[in-house]
Amino acid sequence: MSETPPPPEGLLAELTHRCPLACPYCSNPVALDKAADEMSTEQWKRIFSEAADMGVLHLHLSGGEPCSRRDLSELVEHAVKVGLYTNLITSGVGLTRDLFDRLVAAGLDHLQLSIQGVDAPQADFIGGYKGGYSKKREVAEWTTREGLPLTVNAVIHRGNVEDAPRMVDLAVELGARRVEIAHTQYYGWAFKNRAHLMPTRDQSERAYAAVEARRAHYMGTVVIDHVAPDYHAKFPKACMSGWGRHTLNVSPSGKVLPCHSAEIIPGLEFWSARNRSLSDVWNHSPAFNAFRGLDWMQAPCVSCERKEQDFGGCRCQAMALLGDARACDPACTKSPHHHLMGEIAARDSSGPVEGFAPRRYQREGGGNGQALVG
Amino acid sequence: MIADDARPRLPRGVRLREDKVRDRWVLLAPERVVKVNPIAVEILKLCDGSRSLAEIIAGLAERFKADAGRVGTDVRALLASLAEKRMVEL
Repeated sequence: MSETPPPPEGLLAELTHRCPLACPYCSNPVALDKAADEMSTEQWKRIFSEAADMGVLHLHLSGGEPCSRRDLSELVEHAVKVGLYTNLITSGVGLTRDLFDRLVAAGLDHLQLSIQGVDAPQADFIGGYKGGYSKKREVAEWTTREGLPLTVNAVIHRGNVEDAPRMVDLAVELGARRVEIAHTQYYGWAFKNRAHLMPTRDQSERAYAAVEARRAHYMGTVVIDHVAPDYHAKFPKACMSGWGRHTLNVSPSGKVLPCHSAEIIPGLEFWSARNRSLSDVWNHSPAFNAFRGLDWMQAPCVSCERKEQDFGGCRCQAMALLGDARACDPACTKSPHHHLMGEIAARDSSGPVEGFAPRRYQREGGGNGQALVG
Repeated sequence: MIADDARPRLPRGVRLREDKVRDRWVLLAPERVVKVNPIAVEILKLCDGSRSLAEIIAGLAERFKADAGRVGTDVRALLASLAEKRMVEL
């Protein structure tokens, strides 16, 4: 691709990988960036300014837990000043009343709160943090009382799949304007813990239908965004709305990625926002250009009528399951390897939920984290 | 049907802004970017919670020398579709 690509609309800023929770489905890489490697306040501010100049509209402040950054309200203030719509993606744990007030004063536009379950025992077991559930309810109350729009998001897996429709009800009870029900996408920690998280096909399908049935009921009350279970799908997701088309991620240490999982693809050259401008990386980095457009496609994608609709699905999934990042995402029924998805799902949905590896920093020299592999 | 005395407004967290890089106007909401055509921009600029729907329609009809009935249909359709998405409060 020689011409300059259209500018991105969204920037996911993973401010830190530090997080008090230990959710086994975390989309962060298994090798987490350490606090000492995180970028400075000034570096993040410069990136936000560059993003706004490029045409980024939405800034998603994420992590890890973004509230672990002591400069969070200063970063929000700067992002608002340069015109970005600021979305805080938080677990709520670590968000004090004082910090909440400072974020509101800084002009935060929207707060997205994760929930791990519909009651404290279930939620706190998955999050690995006692008291997390009640803290989240408190943060939801601050948010709605302030009049700030609230999104509640829940990741669905075998441990809570039966409760998926009740997650929507809980979001409404908490006063959310939007709810995101996302079946686990198996990357990062979720890939590692797949054998503990995968629901059965029957569970996935029932949960999906039950949430869809809530749509008409809650029309005008809550907007439902629903992320389908990949392993039980007929067609792949349009991952990231296409590689390098709409959004970019910046990791805590400054690496600029087309998606949070892209580093699993060998041979890609990622550039850093520490020593290059964001627009230089977006326009010219080899990793972003690797799967832009449609020229990289193979059969069956290259002749598929859906190729500009789902862009062949997810490159990371093709890599993780088939060892070829250019292959058709095996979530697609047109992939000659589609049967693998069903076979893996059947195998991985048969054991206990317990025994997963909690998302934590692995100890230095602690046996390569072997103890964490379930 | 939206009542004539409704006072539509953009709720907190929904922002109408010019997207200079792409030479267009957009409505920004949680995880949503909605492109807004020039007529809709004029309508939404009036949705500040102080004006009634009847006043908004009458004002636009006069300003654009258009039939108030047709303007009313367009304004109601726009606001109803945005209210469904929780991007306008009535």
